[in-house]
Amino acid sequence: MIQQRSKIAKFQSLIALLLMCVVLSLLSDKFLTFANGWNVLRQISVNVCISVGMTLVILTAGIDLSVGSILAFSGAIAAGLLKFGIALPTYDLYIGFTLLGALLAGTVVGAALGTFNGFVITKFKVPPFVATLAMLTIARGFTMLWTKGYPISSLGKEFSFIGTGWFLSIPILVWIAAIVVLLATILTNRTAFGKYIYAIGGNESAAKLSGININSVKIWVYALAGILAAVGGIMVTSRLNSAQPNAGLSYELDSIAAVVIGGTSLAGGRGTIIGTVLGAMIIGVLNNGLVLMDVSPFWQQVVKGVVILLAVIIDKANHKEE
Amino acid sequence: MLEALNITKKFAGVTALNAVNLQLMPGKVTAIIGENGAGKSTLMKILSGVYPDYEGKIVYKGQDVHFANPREAQQCGIAIIHQELNLIPDLSIFENIYLGRELTDQWGFVDRKAMRSNTQRLLERLKLNVSPNSLINELKVGQQQVVEIAKALLTDADVLIMDEPTSAISEQEVEVLFGIIEALRNEGKTIVYISHKLDELFKIADAYIVMRDGCVMESGEMQDVDHDGLINKMVGREIQLLSQAHRVVSKEVLLRLENMSLQDTRIKQNLIVNHVSFQLYRGEILGLFGLMGAGRTELLETIVGMHHARRSGTVWMEERALGLKSPQQAIREGIVLVPEDRKKNGLVLNLDIKTNVSLSRLSEVTEGGFINRKKDLNLAQQYVDSLKIKCSSPMQQTKNLSGGNQQKVVLARCLVTKPRVLLLDEPTRGIDPHAKNEIYKLIVSLAEQGMSIVVVSSELPEILGLSDRVMVMCEGKLTATFQAHEANEDNVLRAAIPKTI
Repeated sequence: MIQQRSKIAKFQSLIALLLMCVVLSLLSDKFLTFANGWNVLRQISVNVCISVGMTLVILTAGIDLSVGSILAFSGAIAAGLLKFGIALPTYDLYIGFTLLGALLAGTVVGAALGTFNGFVITKFKVPPFVATLAMLTIARGFTMLWTKGYPISSLGKEFSFIGTGWFLSIPILVWIAAIVVLLATILTNRTAFGKYIYAIGGNESAAKLSGININSVKIWVYALAGILAAVGGIMVTSRLNSAQPNAGLSYELDSIAAVVIGGTSLAGGRGTIIGTVLGAMIIGVLNNGLVLMDVSPFWQQVVKGVVILLAVIIDKANHKEE
Repeated sequence: MLEALNITKKFAGVTALNAVNLQLMPGKVTAIIGENGAGKSTLMKILSGVYPDYEGKIVYKGQDVHFANPREAQQCGIAIIHQELNLIPDLSIFENIYLGRELTDQWGFVDRKAMRSNTQRLLERLKLNVSPNSLINELKVGQQQVVEIAKALLTDADVLIMDEPTSAISEQEVEVLFGIIEALRNEGKTIVYISHKLDELFKIADAYIVMRDGCVMESGEMQDVDHDGLINKMVGREIQLLSQAHRVVSKEVLLRLENMSLQDTRIKQNLIVNHVSFQLYRGEILGLFGLMGAGRTELLETIVGMHHARRSGTVWMEERALGLKSPQQAIREGIVLVPEDRKKNGLVLNLDIKTNVSLSRLSEVTEGGFINRKKDLNLAQQYVDSLKIKCSSPMQQTKNLSGGNQQKVVLARCLVTKPRVLLLDEPTRGIDPHAKNEIYKLIVSLAEQGMSIVVVSSELPEILGLSDRVMVMCEGKLTATFQAHEANEDNVLRAAIPKTI
């Protein structure tokens, strides 16, 4: 009985997701179509990437509020460099960027900002909430400075292929998310680094006495969150074929929601990547279903909030004996 | 006074208490003894309203009662001092003592003055010489335990349950506590006393109840049993008591401390560890005794490179100066610390035994960047077998293990690093006699294999029985060193008690 319950608990997100899909396909004949399925997967792919990074951070008992801003800045950097390159008229210098160069530069910027987060958190003992809150406005400010407040659009066919193209009958965006999920799953389950993440979140002082270099693991985790936010930024920019200065606003909240719905404890040390993926899917399917059923966007927000609460309450009940 | 009839309690299908009957008399100290996991704490938590779900009946002062929460039990006059400390670290002593029952003046404001002076009186009665304004996190564990006792005394309870109140306090504080318990008994209070330290029970208890596997096995008057008899009743089997080691130890110095000092975090002139120098020989068991606040834990922590910003002095390993700045570097040099509080500093309770064991040496089971699960499992299984860790499998979560087995997991994790110097801080605190004995045997066999071991303990018999050499600390200083045959309870204690009053 008890074992059965804990087995059900393991799959609760999956069951909830399947249940939602069944109900939605009964309520709307547009839901269960290939076109809509790919549509949903493409929509959630960005959130999945960010949320994977967020999961790693939250597993160490941290939080990263800056992912939305880092996403915007990295996307804008990639777009700006691709379109304009770097021109320094005073020195009579112009550096052009290939597509790969621009993408790489955007990712490096994300990694740098994430590393900075980790550095501030570990060296100056600033609480993650505060450090990344500061980065949230810093990176958004940089985005505004870089774009001067205007979108950078028309980035070329090659670039927009990432966001709209297909490979082996699967959207490129979904490929990217799937690869990120696969790598992160291997990282958390099969490597020493993954165990360190769980150990630090579970009991930092025991981890320290075990000889784990806490600071270096944490810096890496925030750097990874930054890199994944940058990947998300490139995905968003290429899908719209335009870098919006306001891209990624409040994405950090959606990704925290996905992590929490996926059963990861905000106290750290417990949770899985696959749980987060299911969490992101639940949010995605919910959004999609409510749109298909013509529910007002205002109500959609209310429903999303209720789902988050329900998920956490159920999760608490399952871990009561702890 | 207080009677429990047929109490049964199950946790997630596992029976923790099985039809337990219990009778407590006023004016008596009743000792409840049993190995860890025997159900003592569970029973006490039911009596004090912490667990409202149970089968059976509780009769208190002739009436059926059912406490829905600890507050109800408290109001009826049943107070409990839990094994784990339940204090809020960032509040002061008096705020903690009055938490949830603050005194108010005629305007309805909190009357800090009255609470402070009452607390002052209470602390004086308990001979705890600190200000009621001190924050809990400024206190040592032992002092915190005394505050916990003060909290229970405040309610003027008729029934006072003490769950291992002395597991973290020094012998000196134990004496004070016993004085208080005796006074309370003479006032006609009902006292329940749970402890693993049988010697204490013979000093303080009138009656005993032996529990095993969730059942009451036997009860009687303390005067009718002796030490060994009690142990046999507890474990249901004969256990071998520790015998003096008397081993021949090499004279080869492995570790040497020179003028090691550690500054206080607040007042820089205060030295928590005060110019300590000593040598540790290869294969030696060095016992380190001291009262609470003597700086023993801090000394060990300083050796493995913690608090390096406040440290001065040098650690030499085979005449090579180590400038350790983290436990990570210490492990690399072959020095590992087994911390005092296993739940707080030793284990990742959310993770399984396997991961906890290999945590310090994941590189050993990693191949091509990936953890080899088979190797990982084998490594854990090897230690589960050799340390006799009782578990369903190495995949079991550590939080479900008993105290003794948890301690063995921490030990396993430290042994995996193949240390040459093992620093053990209270290695048997709060674990049952059987597991204790196993850990003693393990310590001796490790030393015989050539490992150098420092054992910190507040239990004198443990120090005297285990050590090849006994070192005593008092107020941060090293006050005496004895060879095993020279050391006895008298001279060791004498060196541990502060000279100045």
